[in-house]
Amino acid sequence: MKSAVIVFPGSNCDRDLAVAFEAVSGSRPAMVWHRETELPDGLDLIGVPGGFSYGDYLRSGAMAARSPVMQAVAQAAARGTFVLGICNGFQVLTETGLLPGALMRNAGTHFVCRDVALTVDNSQSAFTSRYGAGEQISFPVAHHDGNYFADVQTLDRLEQEGRVAFRYAESVNGSARNIAGILNDAGNVLGMMPHPERVIEKAHGGTDGRRLFEGLVESLMAKA
Amino acid sequence: MSTNAPAITPQIVADHGLTEEEYDRIVQAIGREPNLTELGIFSVMWSEHCSYKSSRIHLRKLPTKAPWVIQGPGENAGVIDIGDGQAAIFKMESHNHPSYIEPYQGAATGVGGILRDVFTMGARPVANMNALRFGRPDHPKMKHLISGVVRGIGGYGNCVGVPTVGGETNFHSAYDGNILVNAMTVGVAETDKIFYSAASGVGNPIVYVGSKTGRDGIHGATMASADFGEDAEAKRPTVQVGDPFTEKLLIEACLELMASDAIVAIQDMGAAGLTSSSIEMASKGGVGIRLDMDKVPQRETGMTAYEMMLSESQERMLMVLKPGREDFAEAIFRKWELDFAVIGEVTEAGPDGGRLVLVHRGETVCDIPLGPLADDAPLYDRPHVPTPALAPLAEFADSTNISIDLLTLLGSPDLASRRWIWEQYDHMVGADTVQRPGGDAAVVRVHGTKKGLAISTDCTPRYCFADPVEGGKQAIAECWRNITAVGAMPLATTDCMNFANPQRPEIMGQFVGCIEGMAAACTALDFPIVSGNVSLYNESKATGGGSAILPTPAIGGVGLLPDIDRMATIAFKSTGDIILLIGERSGDLGQSLWLREVRGLEGKDAGPPPRVDLEAERRTGDFVREAIRSGAVTACHDVSDGGVAVAVAEMALASGIGAMLDQPLAGGIAQSYFAEDQGLYVVTVRDAALVELLSKAEARGVTAARLGHTIANRLIFELPESDHAIPLASLRVAHESFFPKLMDAEL
Amino acid sequence: MKARVFVTLKSGVLDPQGKAIQHALEGLGFGGVNDVRAGKLIELELADGTSDADIDAMCQKLLANTVIENYRIETVA
Repeated sequence: MKSAVIVFPGSNCDRDLAVAFEAVSGSRPAMVWHRETELPDGLDLIGVPGGFSYGDYLRSGAMAARSPVMQAVAQAAARGTFVLGICNGFQVLTETGLLPGALMRNAGTHFVCRDVALTVDNSQSAFTSRYGAGEQISFPVAHHDGNYFADVQTLDRLEQEGRVAFRYAESVNGSARNIAGILNDAGNVLGMMPHPERVIEKAHGGTDGRRLFEGLVESLMAKA
Repeated sequence: MSTNAPAITPQIVADHGLTEEEYDRIVQAIGREPNLTELGIFSVMWSEHCSYKSSRIHLRKLPTKAPWVIQGPGENAGVIDIGDGQAAIFKMESHNHPSYIEPYQGAATGVGGILRDVFTMGARPVANMNALRFGRPDHPKMKHLISGVVRGIGGYGNCVGVPTVGGETNFHSAYDGNILVNAMTVGVAETDKIFYSAASGVGNPIVYVGSKTGRDGIHGATMASADFGEDAEAKRPTVQVGDPFTEKLLIEACLELMASDAIVAIQDMGAAGLTSSSIEMASKGGVGIRLDMDKVPQRETGMTAYEMMLSESQERMLMVLKPGREDFAEAIFRKWELDFAVIGEVTEAGPDGGRLVLVHRGETVCDIPLGPLADDAPLYDRPHVPTPALAPLAEFADSTNISIDLLTLLGSPDLASRRWIWEQYDHMVGADTVQRPGGDAAVVRVHGTKKGLAISTDCTPRYCFADPVEGGKQAIAECWRNITAVGAMPLATTDCMNFANPQRPEIMGQFVGCIEGMAAACTALDFPIVSGNVSLYNESKATGGGSAILPTPAIGGVGLLPDIDRMATIAFKSTGDIILLIGERSGDLGQSLWLREVRGLEGKDAGPPPRVDLEAERRTGDFVREAIRSGAVTACHDVSDGGVAVAVAEMALASGIGAMLDQPLAGGIAQSYFAEDQGLYVVTVRDAALVELLSKAEARGVTAARLGHTIANRLIFELPESDHAIPLASLRVAHESFFPKLMDAEL
Repeated sequence: MKARVFVTLKSGVLDPQGKAIQHALEGLGFGGVNDVRAGKLIELELADGTSDADIDAMCQKLLANTVIENYRIETVA
């Protein structure tokens, strides 16, 4: 599997995501600086990591979304390359329009970092195939702007098309319909606020996140 | 010399915080009257913050050496060897006054400053900690201060991507007008890639990197008294504002440059900005320094040399590069979109040492010898009187209802759950946090290894106030104990000495007493102090009376776990485990939170604090650590504030598993369950491992006594008359309610 | 020339910060605060002759997220 992790100024979960990719796939992802206009050839998977790209100034993810590299990411996504955006990465993907909606300030107005219970809404996607439908899992969140917003028509459409990958099983940030992660219509782009890469080994206190990466690698291998 | 500056009047001298004697000393040292820029530089270098003039002779009594200490006090941070060619680099620093004035930015820039101290030395920061003291929770300003400080620490640490893994928070009315915000950073470097601050190499370029310089934080009184002949509004001093995004870029750029051999010396621009960074680099290296102020990157127009030298703008560093490496270094900083400017050069020292020469707009605006600024700065042995010993505790009635007392304690400000605080900090970024906040010590894995760094911040100010020597001992011992309780070997500490006005002999006596106790404990426990900071004058008349803070020598300790799989946590693991108390029980209730929260006795009415027997402390701790590493112990928690009952309750709440506790000691309920006995650990073991552990303890001369066993869902205290049962759900409500209730209405 | 861009949340989009400010004002004893909406003011120093269309494009492309935000431009000669 050939993967890459995008690095913006202010990204800070780039290493964690690269470690997770390598842990399950055995190969080290390319780290791609935001000024690049082209991605490495033959990528199967692109990670858009968490952090505070451009300090979250203006709006979370807004300036990163206008980075040169994101045009290349959008083109790759259109060709079917898998894209996983976590936390700030999810914010970047909504700002680029690869995913609908927006992530607003948490309803409680505080930054929130803790384990949260999630339910797997769609276990058919490449990202969620190792989970059971409706299974409850636990991932950490760590964000200030995780309150998912989209208009009612968009929310209805996401639900009808099975594009809600994860929902919060508890009150976290005020997200519309408790949405924690969504897929694009082709199913090859996932954006999510919780951090699967922080629960991939026993030392993390949980391993629920590992299955996301394992399922993804398995799907990509099957495809290849 | 510049002629457009105002003449130096006694008022200007006073506004710079210098005494008449100190001014005379300046005139003597440079052989003439200083100009305003020079005066400002002297005032900064001779401040307590830079010169440690009131504290230095006492700080020398602290042990600072051990075979694993690579760098003790005197550099940007302390450095210890953690094996495999790796070093841990750490320091704690205060940002008290700025945090009281503007809590968000004060706390945020405190975090930024301590991060720079650590990555300046070549370390990647891996953990932030803090030690916070607030006033009465119901003080009208306090919610605003708590909210701002916590958001500020989170806002900065979360953005730079360094996990804030723990800390401590106390409340006391003595901090109503002077909250304490002490921030600590721990970083990891390779032992052969550690960077120091001593400048060398005459002619080598001096380089400024990071953010531009503005008029941030220039002392208000100074500004008001100095007529610069330009519009006053533009000169108004401003609160320092942190930019964690720039800091993150600065970390990455510095570490990238540090991977090369281009750097001769590097120093962050801390609270005293360009002045202290340039002077410390030159004086440590025994050279001189010449700076061209026109080349300093400036954020505002019309800045004077005085303003540039005294500015506290954040996220800036000063480096000496090897000649010819400027372009290489500049490319790295440009890539990270940071300012980079060669602003001067290293100059030769004369027979009387090096000089600081500043040139601005074609004029020499400062030309002074470095000796008097740094090494020969004033040094005071201020009068000090020992704190009188407190009368023994008077007779008091025993606890009449252990359930109510325990619920009261768990819900009290000093013991309530800090979840509301730590959930605002990203304590997991880096994916190496293997013990999260809420335990005895935080544990952060050394990336890519099985090793863990155990980190704890500790101090019990009410003990220090009652008896500074015992309190100083206890602060070190508790930190050592907390690190031991996760199974780690405590290696070294950093200290943040927060005290009131040192010109009052009783306050200076507290300082001297705490140092004495700390030194004794550091020596006995092989736990040297490798870095630190002193914050004096923490008292305010504004809040009524001579409101000195409690003496608060906050200690930050670091220990090493060779294998994170052999680590203890406080959570009970299963029902049916045997609960043991390891260590000596004295049943001493002096200065306990039970006396304060249940009986309303505190301060001078609450007797002497519990004593720390350092020899027993070490013996007990060494035994507990070995037991953890042998795998015999399933959970471990030291006994501290609130006593045994609170320790057991915390272990239960961390796990959802309850406990059945045997009959109390003959001394009664309070002595058995609420005394804050020192050097005591609650541990659990499986039934099958009990006999072996007890016999090992006996062989080592360590007391181990059965306390009870773990059960489901509740705490049950067997008592002579009738048992008391408390559901964990009730304990949890009491424990978790304080902060949300206090803070809910706050932004 | 200068331009000021006011960015506000669209009506109907929940504003958690505005809500919190309203709550805090009530806590301080200010009655009658019926609603609070927090927004941003962005001041631009522009080359003379920058067209309104250019400023509008800046808003569309970066300064506002039109999924959730409205913007208003004020130019000062």
